[in-house]
Amino acid sequence: MAASAEEEKARAEGGARAQLGPSALHAQLKGIAKSYPAAEGHGVVHALGPLDLDLYAGEFMAVVGPSGCGKTTLLETIAGLTAPSAGTVSFEGREVKGRVPEGVGVVFQEDACLPWLSVWDNIAFGLRRAGAAAEDVRARVDYAVSFMGLGSFAGTYPAQLSGGMRQRVCIARTLVLEPRLILLDEPFGALDQQTRLLMGDELLRLWRETKATILLITHAIDEGVMLADRVGVMSARPGRFIELVETGWPQARDSRIVEEEAFGRLTAHVWSKLRAESMKALGREDDGGGGGRP
Amino acid sequence: MSRASLVRLAVVAGFLLFLELLTRTGAIDRLVLIPPSEMAVHLWSMFRSGALDAAMAESFSNIAIAFLLSVTLGFAAGLIIHALPRLRRLVDPLLASYYAVPFFVFYPLLIAIFGLNRWPLIAIGFAFGAAAMVIATLNGLDRVPRVLRKVARVHRLGRGEEIFLVILPAASPHLFTGLKLALAYSFIGVLAGEFILSGGGLGYSIAYAYDAFDNQTMYALMLFVLTLAVVLNAALHLWEQRLLRRRRRA
Amino acid sequence: MSTAIVGERQWLRRALDAAMMLVLLVIAWQALYAAVGEVAITSPLGTVVKLAALLHSQAFWRNVSASANALAVSVVIASAAGVAAGLALGFHRFSGVVAEPILTALYTLPKVTLYPLVLLIFGLGISAKIAFGVMHGVIPVILFTMSAVRNIDPVHLKTARVLKLTALQTAATILAPAVVPEIFTGLRVGFALTLLGVIIGEMFASQRGLGFLIINSMNTHDVPTMMAVIMALIVFAVIVSSTLLAIDRRLHRRG
Repeated sequence: MAASAEEEKARAEGGARAQLGPSALHAQLKGIAKSYPAAEGHGVVHALGPLDLDLYAGEFMAVVGPSGCGKTTLLETIAGLTAPSAGTVSFEGREVKGRVPEGVGVVFQEDACLPWLSVWDNIAFGLRRAGAAAEDVRARVDYAVSFMGLGSFAGTYPAQLSGGMRQRVCIARTLVLEPRLILLDEPFGALDQQTRLLMGDELLRLWRETKATILLITHAIDEGVMLADRVGVMSARPGRFIELVETGWPQARDSRIVEEEAFGRLTAHVWSKLRAESMKALGREDDGGGGGRP
Repeated sequence: MSRASLVRLAVVAGFLLFLELLTRTGAIDRLVLIPPSEMAVHLWSMFRSGALDAAMAESFSNIAIAFLLSVTLGFAAGLIIHALPRLRRLVDPLLASYYAVPFFVFYPLLIAIFGLNRWPLIAIGFAFGAAAMVIATLNGLDRVPRVLRKVARVHRLGRGEEIFLVILPAASPHLFTGLKLALAYSFIGVLAGEFILSGGGLGYSIAYAYDAFDNQTMYALMLFVLTLAVVLNAALHLWEQRLLRRRRRA
Repeated sequence: MSTAIVGERQWLRRALDAAMMLVLLVIAWQALYAAVGEVAITSPLGTVVKLAALLHSQAFWRNVSASANALAVSVVIASAAGVAAGLALGFHRFSGVVAEPILTALYTLPKVTLYPLVLLIFGLGISAKIAFGVMHGVIPVILFTMSAVRNIDPVHLKTARVLKLTALQTAATILAPAVVPEIFTGLRVGFALTLLGVIIGEMFASQRGLGFLIINSMNTHDVPTMMAVIMALIVFAVIVSSTLLAIDRRLHRRG
C-alpha cells in the first residue's frame, strides 16, 4: 500500500510514455464513422462515430462502452476487416484499405480455433501460410506453445479443450506471427471471473515480452482499468469517445494492481461516465444520479 | 458392442430366422418367398459361375458415373449458387420442392431422347443425387462460422487459400452428408431405372427373373442388391464417424 | 404493423421469383424441343394443348382416379402407421435407439428391388400399388416423428408437473404443439415419397393409373400424351408440396 520509491518512478515512466506524442504514433483513426441501411428500408443505422483515435506505439489501450455502441465495429475498422463509411484509418503511416495490414493480429470474441486442426497445427497455421521455413515454424510454434502454457495439449483438438484453453490457442496463433499491433475483441467474455483475471495477467506478460501495441475491447470496466495505460470510454450508439482516461500504471504490473487506491477511484470515475450511456443503451432515462429514491 | 447394437443384431437375425422357418415349413408358399439360406447359396453359386459379372459391371459403372457427376457438378453448383444471392433466391423454392416431384416420371422421356441405353439411367441417378449434393453444399457453406472467414482475412489468405484451407474443411461435415446421400440416391435411381425399363444391369436382371418365374435367381439378386446397399451405407457412415471424431465436443 | 408489410412483400417476392423460375424452365424446354425435335419430345405449347384435350377424355380420368385412389389410401396408411410407430419408438427410448439405424438403412435401400416380393404377396391389383406407396412413405414419417418426440424439451414436462396437469391435458396442451411441426414435416416428406412409390409401382406392373399411362404412351410412341401426363403429374406434385411447405413454415414459425 505504501508506494515505494521504485514504484513511484515506474508509475511516472508509465505515465510519461503515454505523453510521448505523435512521434510514436502507431495507428490513427480520423473522422471514422460507420453506418449501414436498416432492415426493410427504415432508413440508416449509425453504428459508430464520427470519432478520432491516436494509438501510440507500445501502449496498452482498453475501450469500454455500453452494449451495441460499436466497439467491435471500431476494432474491425482498425484491422481493415470493415471499411468505414467515412474517415480514414492508418497503420504505421500507411492507409488501411480493404485488406488486413501485415503486422496486425486479431483475437476474436467467438471461438476462432480451426476445429479440424490440432492445437499445434492451429498455431502453425498462419506462419505456414506466410511461407516460413519448416525449422523456423517448428521453433516459433514450440515457443508459443510453451509461452501460453499449452505444452501438454499440443496434439489435442480444440473440441476437447475448455473455452479458456481455446482462447489461449487463438492468442498463441496470433502471437506466433509477431504482430506489432494486437487487437482483442472481448477475448475473455465467455470465461469465468477467476480465469479472466489470470488471462489478464497473461496478456500483460505477453505485452511486455512482445512490446506490441495492444487494443483491448472489453465490457468489464475493472478489467479495462486494471490492464490498460489508457481507457477509452465510449458513448451509446453511435459510439464516440466521451473521455480517454489515463491510468498511469507502471509497466511491470499484474492483476494485484486492484489493491491500489487509484484503481477504485479510476473504476468509479469510468463508471460514472459510462452509467448514463449504459442507461441510454437500455432505453431508459437517467434519473439524475445520486443514490436512493425519495 | 453396446447393448443397443446387440439387440439390433438379435432383431435382424431373429427376423431372418423367422423367415427361414416360415418358408421351410411351407407357412409361406415357395412361389412367394424362398428361404433366406437358399437365396444366399444361390447367390454364391451365381458369383462363382460368373453369371453376375456382366450385370454387376453395368450397374456399378452406371452408379459410379451418376455418383461422380452428382458430387462434382452438385458441389460446383452449390458453390456458385451460394456466391450469387440473387440466383439463390430464385433456386431456393426449386430445391425445397425438388424431392417432392416424382422425377422418375422423366425416365421414359429420357429414353425417348437418348435411346434405350445407359444415359437415361445415369441421368436419373444424377437427377436424384445432384440435388442432395447442392443442398448439402449450401448448408455447409451457410454454416461456416463467420469468425473463421475473418480469421482467413487476418492471416491475409488469398481467395483460393481461403476456400481450400478454411471454408472447405469447415464445411466438410455437411459435404460428407451430401456425399452419402448422393451415393444412396444414385444407387436407387439407377437400379429403379434398370428395373422399370432397360436392357441390362442388376435391376433389369431382377425384373427379367421375375417375368421368367425364376424365383431363385430373382431372390438371390435381391439379396445381393440389398446387402450391397446396406454395406455401402454402413461403410460410409463408419468412415464419417472416424473423420469427424476429432471435431466432436468431448 | 411493420411485420405485416414485411410478410406481404416477402410473399410477393417469392411469387415473382417462382414465376421467373417457371419462365426460365419453359424457355429451356422450348430450346430442348428445338434441339431434339418432335420425335422425342413435344413443345410446351403442344403439351398444354394435348393436356387440355386429355382433360376431356374419359379414359384419362379413369386413370387419374385409379392413381388418386391408390395415393389417398397409401397416404392415410403411411401417415397413421408412421405416426403411431414413431410415437411408440420415440417415447420408448431404448426401442428407438435400436430401431433408428435399421430404419435409416431401410430408408436408403432401393425399395424398387423389393417390388417383385410385393407383387407376389399382393397380386397385380391396387393393393400392390398401395403397398409400394406405403413402403416408400412410412419410413420418413416414423423417423421425423421419433425425432420430434425426442426433441421435446424436458422443461415442458417439468412445467406440466408443476402445473399439476393430467396426462391427457399434458398431451393435448403441451406435448402436441411441441411435436406437431416436426411430425408435419415428416408427413410432407412422406407424401412426396408415397406419390413416388405409387407412380413407380404403376410404371412397373399395372394396367391402370397415370404411371401406366406414361409407360404405355412411350411404348406406343405417343409422345404428346406421355408429356402431357408427365406435366400434369409434376404440376400436381408442385402445387401440393408448395401448399404443404407453406403450412410447414407456418407451423414452425409459431412453434
